[in-house]
Amino acid sequence: MNTRRAALAVGAALLAAGVAACGDDEPSMPVTLTLVTYDSFPAADTSLNTALATFTEQTGIGVTLAVAGDAGTMVSKAALTAGNPEGDVMWGVDNALLSRALAAEVFDPYESKELAAIDPALTALVPGHEATPVDSGDVCLNYDIAWFADRGIEPPTTLADLTDPAYRDLLVVQNPASSSPGLAFLLATVAAFGADGWQQYWADLRANGVEVVDSWTTAYYERFSGSSGKGLRPLVVSYATSPPAEVLFADPPRTDAPTASIEATCFRQVEFAGVLRGTDHRDEARQLVDFLAGATFQAEVPLNLFVYPARTDVALPEAFTTYGSRAADPFTVAPADIAANQQAWIDEWTAIVLR
Amino acid sequence: MDRDRAALTSQAPQRLPRWLRAVLLAPPLVFLAVFYAWPVVTLLAEVVRGSTVADTLGRPGLGRVLWFTTWQAALSTAATVAVGMAPAYLLARWRFPGRRLLAAVVVVPFLLPTVVVGAAFTRLLPDRLLGTAAAIVVAHVYFNVSVVVRLVGTLWEQLPDDLSAAARTLGASPWQTMRHVTLPLLRPAIVASATVTFLFTFTSFGVVQILGGAANPTLEVEIARRATGLGDIGGAAVLSVVQLLALGVLVAASTWAQRRATVPLVVARARRRRVRSPGERLGVTGLALATALFTVVPIAALVVSSLRPGDHWSLNGWRAVFDSTGTPARPGSGAPVDTWAALTTSLRYALVATVLSVVIGGLATAAIGAARRRGRLLDVGLMLPLGTSAVTIGFGMLITFDHAPVDWRAAWWLVPLGHALVAVPFVVRAALPVLRARPDTWLDAAATLGASPARAWWEVDARLLVRPLAAGAGLAAAISLGEFGATTLLSRTGNETLPLAIARLLGRTGDVPRAQADALAVLLAAATMVLMFAAERNRDAVGR
Repeated sequence: MNTRRAALAVGAALLAAGVAACGDDEPSMPVTLTLVTYDSFPAADTSLNTALATFTEQTGIGVTLAVAGDAGTMVSKAALTAGNPEGDVMWGVDNALLSRALAAEVFDPYESKELAAIDPALTALVPGHEATPVDSGDVCLNYDIAWFADRGIEPPTTLADLTDPAYRDLLVVQNPASSSPGLAFLLATVAAFGADGWQQYWADLRANGVEVVDSWTTAYYERFSGSSGKGLRPLVVSYATSPPAEVLFADPPRTDAPTASIEATCFRQVEFAGVLRGTDHRDEARQLVDFLAGATFQAEVPLNLFVYPARTDVALPEAFTTYGSRAADPFTVAPADIAANQQAWIDEWTAIVLR
Repeated sequence: MDRDRAALTSQAPQRLPRWLRAVLLAPPLVFLAVFYAWPVVTLLAEVVRGSTVADTLGRPGLGRVLWFTTWQAALSTAATVAVGMAPAYLLARWRFPGRRLLAAVVVVPFLLPTVVVGAAFTRLLPDRLLGTAAAIVVAHVYFNVSVVVRLVGTLWEQLPDDLSAAARTLGASPWQTMRHVTLPLLRPAIVASATVTFLFTFTSFGVVQILGGAANPTLEVEIARRATGLGDIGGAAVLSVVQLLALGVLVAASTWAQRRATVPLVVARARRRRVRSPGERLGVTGLALATALFTVVPIAALVVSSLRPGDHWSLNGWRAVFDSTGTPARPGSGAPVDTWAALTTSLRYALVATVLSVVIGGLATAAIGAARRRGRLLDVGLMLPLGTSAVTIGFGMLITFDHAPVDWRAAWWLVPLGHALVAVPFVVRAALPVLRARPDTWLDAAATLGASPARAWWEVDARLLVRPLAAGAGLAAAISLGEFGATTLLSRTGNETLPLAIARLLGRTGDVPRAQADALAVLLAAATMVLMFAAERNRDAVGR
């Protein structure tokens, strides 16, 4: 009997303490933010995660990662939940998806303190400061150096070259309806040949034996000859940073890249981070955006996400400068044009290339 | 499967008190209503307008997608049933060393993530097959053969010997016996397994994406493209209703066919034959080897490629698996996967999903067994999530569970719960036949001994369910371990599961991440095999 009464007393005390804790509205309560991101963002253990931890050390604000799926899924979810978001800050909306996010009013505009240090070409994409550019990467044709060298064939240097019969049945690309580099490459051709010219270009590509697969992984590992998958095609749509990654992760180690990217075929992908509209912690979320655009975090971006930092004052890793090249004059399409035409372009593309 | 079995035994009058039936029925119904029906209906109401329906259905190319989806599923189903009959026969009727291991191994492909098997197949198939419907069909056969082996095998091992013995005495050749006696008796199970296979191949996603090339999307692939690639969630939702309707017609037709095909029969587990003559030995050994090879070769291809990152043999992929501090090639760079964390996350989710599936599936089985007509409705209801696009359920949950008191979006348990939605119908399938084969006289005996109906139910049915539910638990755990589609669509905090880690590594450039992904896939296959072996032991024990 006594023990039961004691247990009741303890229970009551705990309950009281709980109620007291709930009623406690002190501003010093530690805040934990949720950073919504795409699935290639490392969950733990990398230097990128360590950098995030320094934000918590500096500010006392915790950060939890919420992985929402691939970038397209993430933006679809953000659009569905606009105003009542899954988290406080979102990382990784790219310029092809940006207008979709802006149309759904996913973001709470904020002019980051770090904007001055960011490449103005990137900040120009978001004049309304809905989101802050945090990295950029180039989607480019990659080629298998040895394949072309062995056969004494010159690799192509422009998009137009790809319709040359010399490159018949050599190219594999991704479906723009399901793959982000696939969409980027379609946009590159729209930028290169114009809104009325790209259709003929793709018809020619089809006549010249282009292969289309649904995902980057399938294209790069199963069909491309320059990766460890040893496919049959020596030309693939991938990233400017793929050649350095081939060196960094080579087994056995190597000092030269087995692949190279073709500079005149690149489309620039820019990724943004922003405060999600409807967050309960707007001030803290803004601090996090500043941190993501800050020098500490930006320095860790290249080797973890294989993209270039958005800041101009961050040194690039040696592998990037030695084995990769950044396109000097990449193709771009304004986010608003992408949003207005994306569905129509993809439908048209599907009819030309797949039907 | 269960319907045919139900008809095999005489239908029992309802004996359970009403309150007990309600208690059994309520949890599965609530589970289905809250975590399936509510989110799906909420999403449809939110994103579908009249114009969405017209736009989506009027889009050129939809007919093409539907046609391709249907004929590849039909062809895959026919091929799967044809290929699956031989191993089903072997495992059901013959006794040979290693039988149990083989029975476990055969199920493994069904439970492996499609990213993994898709990658293995691209390395095995000749290049000219890649991107064609033939590649899709071959992979579908590989994935679904175990469905035929399981469903047809379960019935086959219970066909009494005396019928075929009688036929032979009357002068029938083995072929005539097969055609006129065995196959008609097996027909309900064949129809059931063909239905399940059609369901899976009709809704196929990963296989079609990886092996089919972009020109041949199934409806499920088209739904995902619209929802995530184009942001046309309304269109995706309309298409997933189209898919559900198409499958509804199929399930109704199959139920009708199964009922028509059912032959009443006294069920008795026949003894498995031992090999007697050298000819039989040759046949059984050959068939067993062929089955094992068919199953193991793609997995062996994974083992090989995990050991060959570049153009040479190397352990670096495996080293990366066991050392998460960085890649061996360049410490500090890249995408290490914390294998231990991913494995423990996967196991934790598997545990939760298993407990949920067994509780919900067990109650559902008991309820379906006790209430005939409404039970059938619940049975079909529990199958619905299998035919519904993961996008629809995932996005539905996102906008349904987004406010107090059901603010569950960030809840980690939503992921294993999603796994349970997929696994419950399989648990029911594993357990229901046992309940339906139970003679009514057992309940009568209990009643005669003075037990109340509830007590009699507890002493007979509940106890009878323990073993098949244990077998179902192994299946549920394996399904959870390999689940990929639903997991990617649910937002998640904390660590990733093994299939997600594999997919993330496969999204990276470089020899080592690629080999590491293959090594993790081998680990996953091994874990699945161990679970299936344990479940198989239990399944065998059921008949004793």
